[in-house]
Amino acid sequence: MAEGEMIGVKTRSRVIAHFLLVIGVIVVAFPIYYVFIASTHSIQTILRPPLPLLPGPELVENYGDAMTGGVGRIGGVGVGRLLWNTTVVALGIAFGKIVISMASAYAIVFFRFPLRMVCFWLIFITLMLPVEVRILPTYKVMVDLKLIDTYAGLILPLVASATGTLLFRQFFMTIPNELLEAARVDGAGPWRFFKDILLPLSLTNIAALFVILFIYGWTQYLWPLLVTNSNSMNTIVIALKKMISFADADTPWNLVMVTSMLAILPPILVVVLMQRWFVKGLVETEK
Amino acid sequence: MNRATFPHRLLPWLLVAPQLAISFVFFYWPAVQALRQSTLREDAFGLKTQFVGLANFRRVLSDPAYVNSIQVTAVFSVLTAFFSMAIALLLAVQAEKVVRGKGFYRTLMIWPYAVAPAIAGMLWLFMFNPSFGTLAWPLRQLGITWDPLLNGSQAMTLVVAAASWKQISYNFLFFVAGLQAIPRSLLEAAAIDGAGSARRFWTIVFPLLAPTTFFLLVVNTVYALFDTFGIIHAVTGGGPGKSTETLVYKVYNDGFVNLILGESAAQSVILMVIVISLTAFQFKYVERRVHYG
Repeated sequence: MAEGEMIGVKTRSRVIAHFLLVIGVIVVAFPIYYVFIASTHSIQTILRPPLPLLPGPELVENYGDAMTGGVGRIGGVGVGRLLWNTTVVALGIAFGKIVISMASAYAIVFFRFPLRMVCFWLIFITLMLPVEVRILPTYKVMVDLKLIDTYAGLILPLVASATGTLLFRQFFMTIPNELLEAARVDGAGPWRFFKDILLPLSLTNIAALFVILFIYGWTQYLWPLLVTNSNSMNTIVIALKKMISFADADTPWNLVMVTSMLAILPPILVVVLMQRWFVKGLVETEK
Repeated sequence: MNRATFPHRLLPWLLVAPQLAISFVFFYWPAVQALRQSTLREDAFGLKTQFVGLANFRRVLSDPAYVNSIQVTAVFSVLTAFFSMAIALLLAVQAEKVVRGKGFYRTLMIWPYAVAPAIAGMLWLFMFNPSFGTLAWPLRQLGITWDPLLNGSQAMTLVVAAASWKQISYNFLFFVAGLQAIPRSLLEAAAIDGAGSARRFWTIVFPLLAPTTFFLLVVNTVYALFDTFGIIHAVTGGGPGKSTETLVYKVYNDGFVNLILGESAAQSVILMVIVISLTAFQFKYVERRVHYG
């Protein structure tokens, strides 16, 4: 008897498993495929359902129009500009958060200073204050600091949060004491120890956190909605919302679908290409 | 264990300073302001503010619109958490059974994780748009009067579908990891004793997955409460009527659109209490249950 059959995974049940998985994949991936299809058809085809299941002839024209600002509702801002804004925000949040949280975790684990645990708790408690529960007062702070419609305003409030610090603290605590002692015997200061020993050891964690934070930054909604007024500072998600009116017939759906495609593609590529670190990081860090 | 450390005094302060500074400016200060604002009331012209104690809270909690929004949030969260977890678990169990194509299925399954909730909502409304949605078309052929822009429960169905779809990837990855941690020997022993695959699932796999399930339950509740603002805002705007107005959407709407500052702040404080209890619950019970058995 084969090992597979021993625990009851017979060929029949494996076929059923494949069948269910294929249905699952269709349900999960179909909406994204559908956006791609819609982005290659003319508005007339889109408005006459059902939409064909294969790409249409308008791909080049639709993408060209959207890139050069063919959508009137967002003041003619091109998709290129929106992608740039979103990239700046996502990278700013990812790198900013990694740097800031590594620094604070390094201080908390490898130094002894007064109020060390108070600092840790002050950072930890921010977990319980998501932006949704402090919308108005945070907005007021942004106005007072003149950060409305700036990249700093889009990035800064989102770079401090406890998750990164908690992750790095947990990881740093697994570093054996001997490593630090040996480094100190060799005359290495905090910077040398960090650069030559800790950083190389942390690379997997950094890669994992990078994917999670990049997606987090790219998909932000409430915050960019509040701190951007001008069309040229919008992220692509907010611009999409402004382009669409479900009640009204003159939404340029073909261009909206191009914009959706371009809004979805970069984060999907990041997740798929960095899948190994992402899956490991997600499952390990969030637990 | 006594940790080896560096003797520096000033350096650690410089290292924690950026995070503490941002936490104070953008987290603590606004949170304190929300608390303060929740006890004040402005007159109609915004000229005078007056301390009113807990009156804003009393007003919010006795407001039928707020009670409605609590119900909407509860229905929305329970349905979203249930569907996204049940579908993810079903698929994760199938993925454990197959030998070939595991990587292929996983790669396709994680796509929605990268899609912003607001975009997920817009895609679903695009597909199910009453006038030209390709998937609304068969519904109409079947004689169903489908219009999520006018019918409250259809609007709720649509936002639940979009929110669950987006969360399947996340739950799938965690269930796969949880399933891999279950010792094969247990399943083999049960198989030898003659337990069929359904029986093995309910008596061994499902109970041993409990830590993962509890963890995901908390995460999905937080997700449904807060991260789905984009879906509601982009797709239904809380409507039709108030049938999809969740708590977070109402805080936003009362504060930014209707400009009722005191009551919006009181709602913020209530939400803060909900988040704090959920986080405390997670750390007290879920963390402990992770080290099951």
